[in-house]
Amino acid sequence: MDERILKLKAEFESRLSETTDLTGLDSVRVSYLGKKGSITALLKGMKDLTAEEKKAFGADVNKLKEFAAAEIEKRTAELKKQQIEMEIKSMPAFDISVPAACECGSYHPITLVQRQCETIFKSMGFTVEDYSEVVTDYECFESLNIPKHHPARDMQDTYYLENGQLLKSQTSAAQNAILRKYGPALIENGTPIRAIFPGRCFRNEATDACHENTFFQMEGMMVDKDISISNLIYFMKTMLSEVFRKDIKVRLRPGFFPFVEPGFELDISCLICGGTGCPSCKHSGWLELCPCGMIHPNVLREGGIDPDQYTGFAFGLGLTRLAMMKYGIKDIRDLNSGSLKALSQFTDDE
Amino acid sequence: MLLSMNWIEDFVDLSGLDKLDLIHRFSLSTAEVENEIFFKGSDISGVVVAEIKSVEEHPKSKKLHLLKVDTGSGELTDVVCGAPNVRVGMKTAFAQLGAQVGEITIAPRELAGYTSCGMCCSEAEIGISDDHSGIMDITDDVPLGTDIKKLYAVDDIIFEVDNKSLTNRPDLWGHYGMAREFAALAGRELKTLTTDDLTVYDSLPSVDMKIEDTLCKRYSTIKVENISRTVSPVNIRIRLYYCGMRAINYLADLTNYLMLEMGQPMHAFDARKVEKIRIKRFDAPFTFRTLDGVDRNVDENTLMICNDNTPVAIAGIMGGLDSEIVDDTTTLTLESATFDAASIRKSTVRLSHRTDASMRYEKSLDPEMTVPAIGRFLYLLKKYDGGVKVVSRLTDEYAVKFPPVTLHFDQHFVDRYTGITIDSGTIVKTLTGLGFKVALDGENFTVDVPSWRITKDVTMNADIIEEITRIYGYDNFEVNTTRSPLYPVRMTTVKTNEEKIKDMLVKKFALHEVHSYVWAYNDELKALGIAIEPNVRLANATNPNIETLRHSIIPTQLCQVKTNVSYAPSFGIFEIGRTVSGLDENNLCIEHKKLAVTLFSKNDDVRTLYFRMRDILAALALDIKHSELTFAAAEPTHDYEHPVNLNKIFLNGTEIGIIGIAHPVVSKNIDKKAAVVFAEIDIDLFAASEDYGIVYEEPSKYPSIEYDLSLDMPENLLFGDLRACWQTEGGELLKNVSIVDTYDTETIHRITVRFVFSSAERTLSSAEVQEILDKITARLSEKNVSIKMQ
Repeated sequence: MDERILKLKAEFESRLSETTDLTGLDSVRVSYLGKKGSITALLKGMKDLTAEEKKAFGADVNKLKEFAAAEIEKRTAELKKQQIEMEIKSMPAFDISVPAACECGSYHPITLVQRQCETIFKSMGFTVEDYSEVVTDYECFESLNIPKHHPARDMQDTYYLENGQLLKSQTSAAQNAILRKYGPALIENGTPIRAIFPGRCFRNEATDACHENTFFQMEGMMVDKDISISNLIYFMKTMLSEVFRKDIKVRLRPGFFPFVEPGFELDISCLICGGTGCPSCKHSGWLELCPCGMIHPNVLREGGIDPDQYTGFAFGLGLTRLAMMKYGIKDIRDLNSGSLKALSQFTDDE
Repeated sequence: MLLSMNWIEDFVDLSGLDKLDLIHRFSLSTAEVENEIFFKGSDISGVVVAEIKSVEEHPKSKKLHLLKVDTGSGELTDVVCGAPNVRVGMKTAFAQLGAQVGEITIAPRELAGYTSCGMCCSEAEIGISDDHSGIMDITDDVPLGTDIKKLYAVDDIIFEVDNKSLTNRPDLWGHYGMAREFAALAGRELKTLTTDDLTVYDSLPSVDMKIEDTLCKRYSTIKVENISRTVSPVNIRIRLYYCGMRAINYLADLTNYLMLEMGQPMHAFDARKVEKIRIKRFDAPFTFRTLDGVDRNVDENTLMICNDNTPVAIAGIMGGLDSEIVDDTTTLTLESATFDAASIRKSTVRLSHRTDASMRYEKSLDPEMTVPAIGRFLYLLKKYDGGVKVVSRLTDEYAVKFPPVTLHFDQHFVDRYTGITIDSGTIVKTLTGLGFKVALDGENFTVDVPSWRITKDVTMNADIIEEITRIYGYDNFEVNTTRSPLYPVRMTTVKTNEEKIKDMLVKKFALHEVHSYVWAYNDELKALGIAIEPNVRLANATNPNIETLRHSIIPTQLCQVKTNVSYAPSFGIFEIGRTVSGLDENNLCIEHKKLAVTLFSKNDDVRTLYFRMRDILAALALDIKHSELTFAAAEPTHDYEHPVNLNKIFLNGTEIGIIGIAHPVVSKNIDKKAAVVFAEIDIDLFAASEDYGIVYEEPSKYPSIEYDLSLDMPENLLFGDLRACWQTEGGELLKNVSIVDTYDTETIHRITVRFVFSSAERTLSSAEVQEILDKITARLSEKNVSIKMQ
């Protein structure tokens, strides 16, 4: 082999081994294999050689060319690998244990409890109704079998407005409107009335940790042919077991509410002790939870439904009380305070 | 109301039954019993009747006496006693060694150098009254050594029924009515009340009495002379005390006793003061002194009992001081009457004076009860005071009668209402036990409702269901779901929109949901410098801080922002709530459901905060309605609004709300440095706006062409004003317009806008795009926008 080729090969090998990055490698490639590169330049020195010599020399130069190209490719792979390794090495290890900086919004606890109740009732075929906060005396009392001067009006201290309307003292104020809304479908098509209506209620009383003048209830009712007390107990037990996510024992006691007959107070087995008795249930094993009953015939009649043909049940669940029980909220005033120290904790609760 | 088990057992034999279990069942079937049950006398044992044989002064103590007492055993016991009323020959209650008196176990005890081997007891120590002025002075003729519990009804079970659970049961305001419930629950018979036979006085003269007002339903009276007893028998006093009343004197105690027994309030007048009873109202208000010595203002709506024209009692509420029974009263005129329940209730409210009598009258008492109550009163009066003499006949005017109620229903009705099967035999037995007269013909029931249930409680068939089921026991019900058909349930748009809004605000924008009150808070708003705006007011607010309904949630929300300034440097709160904007033409409140959002930040400048709010609102419209919001400058109408940057919000052409910055006065009152931005939209209007839904467009296979134009905006021109320029000229090839940069100096307001053109069918040529761009730039130039092609 020609001395010049051997010399150039040695020089190339030495230059190649000195490369440390891809840029350097590329300049090596250009200086040996480029159009004006030194290997290409070797061919220019062939003019003095014989044809025989030219042939051998050309073959050797081509070999060197191939050799150099292969070596550069090899070196490129090596350098790329080195670069990735460098990159990996240079990545610092993070302290994942530092506090998270995520910003979460929050729902009002009433929204959470209300949604849970609504989901349960929707799955049982109940519609969810909405109703105004300002209502008439007719809606809140007259249509509910509570005529003027009825002692039952003493039971609740109502906020009256100067125009004679009032802030609804109970969600039952929507009963008449809902009976009238869905009554025709019941009578004409036999579609049962199944509705819940959550809403805000108002009572004119002094506030403390246990009393609020503004609170939420969720009324529910079902009207069809042959709706019975037995059905009422079933729905209350099923709904409450779903709300509290455990099997809840319920019991009914007679309770007087003019818009139901018979009327009941519904107690549930104490959530804390399960019924054996503890300070939360005043050692009775039971918690008084919600009034309910069979819709009074006068209320049905006032809503355009014949009580001889149809019966129904209704209940009024205290959503505020439920939220307090569920989340262990001790001061009812926290709910309307707007205080984010309290309220921002209720991120979500499906 | 406190109830005595002994008293109930006067009227029904409950022997052999678990009394606590019965009380529990009563609570589940009739009315709510409070948890605490009192076992009276359970802490008393070994107390016997003993006679004081000798009394000596204690040599060292002025108070103490040295007694020798005889318990009938023949041996005298030494006792050191501090009571002032000790005397030789007196019989008293004596706690022997080993006896239990309350928490004390009696043992020999040294008292100032003498040993006392027992204790003489006061009524208070035995627990039968609150009299601890001296030891008991027993006048009954019983052998010494008799156990005090054998002599007096010290042992009793006392339980309390929640009065609220008795509002619809006028018949349960006395022990006799309660005994009827226990009889029905226990399946035992209710005894008949023993009464005096009033017919024997028929030949005597009448009392001069006349009802002159329809508010009096019935008035029964009789006159009695020669009353000698002044102090009630111990057992009567014990029952009154156990049931929460104080003993006063024999006649007053007996009227109270009758009220607790039968639920019939009675009044005893000194007959010397009441000779011509007239029941009426007066034409003008006057002052009347009741027997508690209080002067009360009585108005013309209040029914009065009068001696001719002189008022002697407020009907159904309280007697007058002048006609009260006094120590030298020996002749009484007894009142047993029924008045209009609503009238008594209203009078009670007007006088702010509720009494045990009025509490009962306002429940609508059974007028049939007045005469038996007189019979019972005379029976008891004579029993304990043998010398009394009835000097008038029963004088009774029955002005207003409740019509009798007979109900007809069949077995199917009961089955349908209950959802279970209660057999006819059980139904008959239950109703009969409660005093109903029942006739059963095949499956058909005919039921006469007793007089004590028709005044308000049982008037229709549904009422009978309660009677049957409560005694049957709700715990015994088989529980079944309904057989009603199921239908899909669709939520209203308002409801679904509301829920989506809440989810987006919480999950996407990390806002916090709060609730605030429906009225304006005077004090808190004043502190922020926000005036209460005239609106519908509460008519009967007791709290001066809450009088006016809110016209907007924003002011109350600003108050809540203020309470949270130390919570975090930046936060946002929202509420979906109600507001009222005055009255409509029918004088009814115009109510709105609104969403209010407020953002607060000490870190971000007001512009950033303002645009965050704008973007939140735009996101709601885009996500829920697939629509873009537009805005128009608004003039401030409320004192909390900053006059600059106040904008009306439009959704699909309808004005739905307002966005703005808190007025500097308000903002500084919240926090000196923070920025506060608010927005409020009407949820009903938002929900009513059309949701354009998703309109899918196939992505183009051909490349798009982008052009950026820099627009130098003249003063007072809004970006939104330019929109028409490209909306009309862009055609369907203009796919998107976005802002890529803004540049602001004192004089220049430059916006760089990127226009994206593409076609679904072909690759666009630069010439055709240029043609569109030229049209757009021409339109922009008309608006004095200078344009630089990028």
